[in-house]
Amino acid sequence: MEKLQAFTGKVVALPINDIDTDQIIPARYLKVTDKAGLGEACFSDWRYNADGSPKPEFVLNKPEHAGSQVLVGGHNFGCGSSREHAPWALMGAGFKAVISTYFADIFQNNSLKNGLLPIVVDDETHKQLISLAEEDPNIEIHVDLASQQITLPDGRKVTFPVDAFSKYCLLQGVDQMGFLLNLDPDIVKYETEYTQRVNTLEPVEL
Amino acid sequence: MAKTLFEKVWNQHLVKPQMADTPAVLYIDLHLIHEVTSPQAFTVLRERGLKVRRPDRTLATMDHSTPTTPRNAQGIIPVLDAQASFQLDFLTRNCKEFGVPLYSLGTENQGIVHVIGPEQGLTQPGMTIVCGDSHTSTHGAFGALAFGIGTSEVGHVLATQCLLQNVPQTMAIRVDGALHEGVTAKDIILAIIAKIGVGGGTGYVLEYMGSAIRNLGMEGRMTICNMSIEGGARAGMIAPDETTFNYIAGRPFAPKGKALDKALAGWRALPSDDGARFDAEVVLNADDLVPMITYGTNPGMGMKITDNVPNPANFADVSAKMAMDKALTYMGLQPGQQLIGQPINVVFVGSCTNSRIGDLREAAKLIKGQKVADSVRMMVVPGSQKVKAQAEAEGLDVIFREAGAEWREAGCSMCIAMNGDQLQPGEYAVSTSNRNFEGRQGKGGRTFLASPLTAVASAVNGVVTDPRLMVERMKV
Repeated sequence: MEKLQAFTGKVVALPINDIDTDQIIPARYLKVTDKAGLGEACFSDWRYNADGSPKPEFVLNKPEHAGSQVLVGGHNFGCGSSREHAPWALMGAGFKAVISTYFADIFQNNSLKNGLLPIVVDDETHKQLISLAEEDPNIEIHVDLASQQITLPDGRKVTFPVDAFSKYCLLQGVDQMGFLLNLDPDIVKYETEYTQRVNTLEPVEL
Repeated sequence: MAKTLFEKVWNQHLVKPQMADTPAVLYIDLHLIHEVTSPQAFTVLRERGLKVRRPDRTLATMDHSTPTTPRNAQGIIPVLDAQASFQLDFLTRNCKEFGVPLYSLGTENQGIVHVIGPEQGLTQPGMTIVCGDSHTSTHGAFGALAFGIGTSEVGHVLATQCLLQNVPQTMAIRVDGALHEGVTAKDIILAIIAKIGVGGGTGYVLEYMGSAIRNLGMEGRMTICNMSIEGGARAGMIAPDETTFNYIAGRPFAPKGKALDKALAGWRALPSDDGARFDAEVVLNADDLVPMITYGTNPGMGMKITDNVPNPANFADVSAKMAMDKALTYMGLQPGQQLIGQPINVVFVGSCTNSRIGDLREAAKLIKGQKVADSVRMMVVPGSQKVKAQAEAEGLDVIFREAGAEWREAGCSMCIAMNGDQLQPGEYAVSTSNRNFEGRQGKGGRTFLASPLTAVASAVNGVVTDPRLMVERMKV
């Protein structure tokens, strides 16, 4: 995985509460066996008409918002299913960070494992970011994971929380699978001591 | 110190506890997989030259992208969608290469992943169970810690049988009292979600308790735990008791003889200790509950079926008002209107929430001798091939067919609309499933979530109907 660098990016607001993963990527796009093409399907039902033409009034279709890297959603962003296709689709659509007042647990976990930064801010900052983005489509913020801060256009810095382990992995470009594989001796020890019987290969003889 | 059910199961599975700079390493007893959220994980294993660490603790099935249309003359369920067909074949190849047992489409044990685990006796108290599916919370009904994971984590568990997790908080949800006739487990959970909201359980593991929960059978308990995620909680649990043990005993993968005695001793020690602390508590009274229905575009937008749809103008919070406006516009409903009497096009009885034999028995009992309204398409989709076979042995399929309903093959079907079963734009459905998100049951489709009883009563009348009148009439 690539190291997550600090960046300055354009902000677009989609201030709708409880945006669920079925909106981020509808289920009919989940018949893939890889991650390709999900960016085009991101927010598909909100972005396109039945005939496939883009809805000009939808914020992400407006030319002035092209190239946005930071998405500000409403409260409880990413609720619903566990599909990791949601962060894959957002990243495919060019986003590097999503800002909300809180995120659904599974979406947040999935995002952190892919380098899409879920940034939790207080209500006031959230409201400020939404009005800034709605007033000026060229507004940019600076996002720095190392200092856990975003810098708003007026220079105000806002700190955001992130767990130490995810932060380390994202900054170093370390993937979590490697960390777990290194724990093999601990896992063997646990398996030896704890032997709750599960065997999907052989049903118990009646 | 007094411990909760969650804490006991969590502690028993710690390969390493949580530290200041690393999450806990949690051992997983049972890993269920399906075709939609596993392909990219197997690809990672292949790229890195890794094996599946414990194929004996892993089980695959096909459910999400599978059609529920009838079998052909050769007894095969044809998959006409090329992309779905490729995805299903990919799962077959992956399971073969990595030695993972697979219940493939149409075989006798295949079905919705959260129906087959309990059905086979694989789901047991005190276990950790994960699956790349948010409704894995279902298995918590047995006193297991069970939750949905993403595809990266599916890869982690395939390769190491472990997950990295931070300790969640706990929430007690107490439901005391007795349910009235016509009110079901589905109504309890819809009422809970309406109360806490779609994000109210975020960061928590729920434990459902109280006499109303205790009096439910295992299927009702599964319906409740299933929808924990719809309140934002990754997991919901219910302490195991004699109802749980009786359900498990005799199932194919359940312990037998001395092994069962040993297991029972462990299981009986799992319930939360007296005085165990929860971080939050919610209380409901079952005596006050009536049939519930959702009117909006998330499962938190639910109400008593006799209530009127809320008026966004009455909301003080701007973002909540906007959300309600947007939901009612999508649903084509007027502020303050009644839902009873609202015409519907489709009734869907199925999904990991309400597709077990008990759900089908209740639905069949209510619809027997009645007819589905001409204006309504009713689909009954059993949760597994085993449920289907059992229902057919009891003649339930005949009752549904004679009423004018479709009797389908097992699968997720219209709950997820990625398998050919879907609403048309603008159509209204009363569904026993778990999500009413925009487009969830088909682009432009509009979903009212409710119990199987409400679904049947509405199918017969062609409009949203309070099932209590029909239940009452049936008794006479």
